[in-house]
Amino acid sequence: MTEEIIIAGFGGQGVLSMGKILAYSGLMQDKEVSWMPSYGPEMRGGTANVSVIISDERISSPMISVFDTAIILNQQSLDKFESSVKPGGVLLYDPNGIIKPPTRKDINIYKVAATEKASELGLAKVFNMIVLGAFLQVKPVVTEEYIEKGLMKSLPERHHGMIPENLKAVQTGKKIVETVQTL
Amino acid sequence: MAKELKLMKGNEAIAEAAIRSGCDGYFGYPITPQSEVMEHLMAEKPWEKTGMVVLQAESETASINMVYGGAGAGKKVMTSSSSPGVSLMQEGMTYLAGAELPCLLVNVVRGGPGLGTIQPSQADYFQTVKGGGHGDYRLFTLAPATVQEMYDFVFLGWEMAFKYRNPVMILSDGAIGQVMEKLYVTDYTPRWTNEEIAEKCPWSTYGKPSTRKHNIITSLELEAPKQEEHNHKLQAKYAKMEEDEVRYEMVNCEDAEYVFVAYGSSARIAEKAVQLGREKGIKVGLLRPITLFPFPKKIIAELSTKVKGLLAVEMSAGQMVEDVRLAAQFRCPIEHFGRFGGVIPTPHEVLEALEEKIIKA
Repeated sequence: MTEEIIIAGFGGQGVLSMGKILAYSGLMQDKEVSWMPSYGPEMRGGTANVSVIISDERISSPMISVFDTAIILNQQSLDKFESSVKPGGVLLYDPNGIIKPPTRKDINIYKVAATEKASELGLAKVFNMIVLGAFLQVKPVVTEEYIEKGLMKSLPERHHGMIPENLKAVQTGKKIVETVQTL
Repeated sequence: MAKELKLMKGNEAIAEAAIRSGCDGYFGYPITPQSEVMEHLMAEKPWEKTGMVVLQAESETASINMVYGGAGAGKKVMTSSSSPGVSLMQEGMTYLAGAELPCLLVNVVRGGPGLGTIQPSQADYFQTVKGGGHGDYRLFTLAPATVQEMYDFVFLGWEMAFKYRNPVMILSDGAIGQVMEKLYVTDYTPRWTNEEIAEKCPWSTYGKPSTRKHNIITSLELEAPKQEEHNHKLQAKYAKMEEDEVRYEMVNCEDAEYVFVAYGSSARIAEKAVQLGREKGIKVGLLRPITLFPFPKKIIAELSTKVKGLLAVEMSAGQMVEDVRLAAQFRCPIEHFGRFGGVIPTPHEVLEALEEKIIKA
């Protein structure tokens, strides 16, 4: 199994940290992992993206240009990365602020209203974990047990009190993910 | 030795390795994309654990001269920077090489020339392996391609630096500096005691006992014949490195008709291109130079008699390819493919370049 993922959105949405938690979870589950950020002159409100690879084998290039899954959190990122999903791959997006939805017919498309749900539940801080939950529902590349271990490993100890809230957000994401089209 | 698993950026791995390898002092000045080296050191506060000094100098020029001072005293000292900062250090590097001082230098290369960009590049190859500073000198140069190698090469770097009394350069780039991968870290190696320094580095200015004359650390010799003699000594040392210390990795080369030659992050991309090529039925392999000086000339010469073509893949307009051509003596077609100025090539582009420039040509 090798899963090549891009997570893309606005800076400040937790794109990089979501990738990090996913990578840590893979690490705890004894997978090979890589986490490669775009580190341009990004800032809050600008775009941010990270490529994460989780694999059972040695990872050749952590720098990739086509993806098994694209997790898309804004319109700019959808415009940029929709065409980079491998045929038969997965595109998961948050419809918030999306005015031109994806049009590809050769990929599986899912959506998760994470922004809406996070604000409804007053859980803005764990918005990215709702998205992560939705992804894991579609592609269970790491199991929940290891998400918890990944959180323990990636969050500084002073934030460990927030782990239950994060795990609840993962559960929420799993429940609210919707299928747009499957092949 | 007990090993602990971590997930770290390449830059952080360098810093962690410094602490765990018994480094005495780090002197540096922040610059993207290598700022995490000093950030990690400052966060870890090694001065409380091992007594290692971490100092943000007023400039790169100051940093490299602090390295000169520490190295002269037989200490394990290092600096790190990125391309424009490393240019500022060139004078210090040739002095270190001239005075035969062991030290560790790290360049996390970004796109140039000038201030360039903060994105990854490999366009500092010439500067690193062909001089950069003046005079006939060489930096022992290691090119890590993984986060684990960023860590391991700090240890190997100290070993080479003290074995040959020569500066060692870890030539990395923004991609390997910024990527997070699995990393196994080792136990702490204690820093050398003054007695150990006296024993291992009898040439250093560790304090003059009454039993010997004072040691002098200098790169100055005004009498030409003596300076020539010193140069011969340096050249003999570099020849020994070329004889004994060449390191490289080969992937899928056994039956290869075509071989990519690539180091650092380009080697990772080329390795993916090897997989893509093999899926298409192209017998392609990868030769990854690990030491850039000494350069793996012999294996390239050997490959050039066996394969139908070599493609040097670099994030530069074509630098290492010159050494590949010299080693291969044009016994087979040798071409170059590169993206530069901070642009990272895709594995598909690399494979296409092989097909266009060599297979179809």
